[in-house]
Amino acid sequence: MERHQQGHIETLRARIARLRPGAPAQQAQAVRRFGVTAIDARLPGGGLVCGALHEAAGTGPETEHAATATLFVAGVMARCNGPVLWVLERADLFAPALANAGLPPGRVIFVEAGREALAAMEECLRERGVAGVVGETSQRVSLTASRRLQLAAEASGALGFLLRRSRQFDDPRLAENSAAVTRWRLTALPSAPPVPDAPEVPGLAAARWQLDLVRCRGGEPATWIVEAPDAQGHLRLVSDLSDRPAAADGRGGAGRHVPDRLRA
Amino acid sequence: MAAASAEARTAGVTPGMPLASAQALVPDLHTVQAEPEADAEALRRLAVWCMRYAPLTAPDPPDGLWIDATGCTHLAGGEEALLQDLLMRLKHAGFEARAALAEAPGAAHAVARYGTQPAAVVAEGGLREALAPLPVEALRLSKETCEALRMMGLAEVREIMARPRAPLVRRFGSALALRLAQALGEQFEPIRPLAPPDLIERRLAFVEPLSTADAFATALEALMRFVCARLERAGLGTRRLDLHFERVDGSVQTLRIGTARPSRNVAHLTRLLRERLEQVDPGEGVEAMRLVAHTAEPLAFAQIDGLPREGEHSAQDLAGLVDRLANHFGQERVYRVTAVESDVPERSARRMPPLESGKAVSWPEEWPRPARLLTPPQPVMALAPLPDHPPAAFTWRRQRHRIRRACGPERIAGEWWKRDGEALAVRDYFAVEDDRGRRFWLFRHGDGQDTATGDFTWYLHGFF
Repeated sequence: MERHQQGHIETLRARIARLRPGAPAQQAQAVRRFGVTAIDARLPGGGLVCGALHEAAGTGPETEHAATATLFVAGVMARCNGPVLWVLERADLFAPALANAGLPPGRVIFVEAGREALAAMEECLRERGVAGVVGETSQRVSLTASRRLQLAAEASGALGFLLRRSRQFDDPRLAENSAAVTRWRLTALPSAPPVPDAPEVPGLAAARWQLDLVRCRGGEPATWIVEAPDAQGHLRLVSDLSDRPAAADGRGGAGRHVPDRLRA
Repeated sequence: MAAASAEARTAGVTPGMPLASAQALVPDLHTVQAEPEADAEALRRLAVWCMRYAPLTAPDPPDGLWIDATGCTHLAGGEEALLQDLLMRLKHAGFEARAALAEAPGAAHAVARYGTQPAAVVAEGGLREALAPLPVEALRLSKETCEALRMMGLAEVREIMARPRAPLVRRFGSALALRLAQALGEQFEPIRPLAPPDLIERRLAFVEPLSTADAFATALEALMRFVCARLERAGLGTRRLDLHFERVDGSVQTLRIGTARPSRNVAHLTRLLRERLEQVDPGEGVEAMRLVAHTAEPLAFAQIDGLPREGEHSAQDLAGLVDRLANHFGQERVYRVTAVESDVPERSARRMPPLESGKAVSWPEEWPRPARLLTPPQPVMALAPLPDHPPAAFTWRRQRHRIRRACGPERIAGEWWKRDGEALAVRDYFAVEDDRGRRFWLFRHGDGQDTATGDFTWYLHGFF
């Protein structure tokens, strides 16, 4: 793509962004970077925009417990400075795992909201002084409901993450329209041996995930293969793939294609 | 046996009797587990209810209530009438009760329990006559003292009153003299009233009974403004507010809110209560509302910060949000989690109040912990070489997972100091990854060698 065309598109995107309802017009929006260039470069603004709603879910059987998505979100929240509210539907979250992903217990206030998780999340998102809000729900989230959350996040500047769960594998409801700025899908992949040169040595290395950005406002869907967040909440791009020149290809580092049914 | 009904007592069952003896007497005896805490709570509620007669009431565990009716009896139409009214209402509520009214709390206590009539008023100056025929137990003495007195042939209070006190004190200790003096009104005996009399409260009585939430909201605001102004003048903030609705039919409904930090912010507190006004059942109408600020704590005057700085947020900022959530979902559903030193994974996380100043401690990081726990752990079909190998595959929900990699075993022994059953219990935990990369937290009951430590069955406990 020619450089001047690129410049045009950037200007147009900025104009569109300003025209969106509730968008803070001049103010540059704060972003939370992943610290992984390959991912940040694909996100408009260079990271996850604060004051916006994002969404994460697992795929296949992981849709129900969403353990990988939980750790992914915990890693993002670990890099927000300030208190984090975690709205639970059921009390099955095990806090020590959040600490392992970089989110120490002192920073998180849990709210068990049952069926009212979305309302509780909105209440939390409206509060100034909250750095991040995670809302878990297994219910249908209508476009209106997600818009409300998005507006609440815009008002306070908090980073909102909707953690979608469902008893049904790859629930079609998870692919319904949503006002979320980015939507992520996580799939576990077989991990590398803990000692690369000796695959027979038992043990577990860092978990490996396929990270699908299935929707991104102002950006393209993409797929990466990453290792689970470390104790500081940092993801790591799996090196043998990040080295490939294929990153220039329109579909992201691994050159994988996002399944159509997941695209919003 | 902690207590026995009237029917049981006629059959010979008495409190203090072993259950087996009681069942020998009455083979089809209906027994209910004693709940001392629940009883104490019921007694406390009853004491609150008794505030209809006088402002100072207190529970007297295990089975009594104090009412300081000084200066209040004329409201009920006299002392006799007060007692009759009290007993009648208690009877309607299903309580078997006896009551006595006397100059000294000790005497009322004795006459209520050991007197001949269910409701007795001890006339002024009649304490000695009233107490004289009662057994020595009426003086609230220890069981040993009573037995010793009876051994000496002193079975009634009159005999004790007749004797010089000094030798009695030498023989039985000062408690006897104290109790006697209290019963005779010679020694002042304070009762600890349930609600401290210097509570900040405000009552608003209405000309016409109210019944709509809107009307309540208007009244609430007026009450709240008054109470908060009083709090401010006293330099206090409240952490608990009770809003009582006195209904036309005489019953009282109460809304209670709590705050994580002391507060006297009218808007904030009003909002917390207003959200719950819908829950009030006005019945025939509410004739008065009373707002009581409990557990007031010192709260200094706050400087209003005109310049909130970017990225600088204290827990104080969240107090409003936390209160709204806690009052909507329940205090116990809004919490932080802190580490507890326990090897048993489920016990290693403890909830703590969200804004408590204590620091939440993190967990040691040497072992992986799953993001989601299954409670209780679910049994899975698994086969594994003993004693310490991870299973090669396991089946959960009719789905077979072939295990590619595993980390473990992490042996967790039961905390034998907590429960006998845990003395031998052992769990061997494995973090495993199946061939598709999904990670599970499995454990085996038992150490793989000795069946006394567990039956070697496998469970799925969580997901990474």
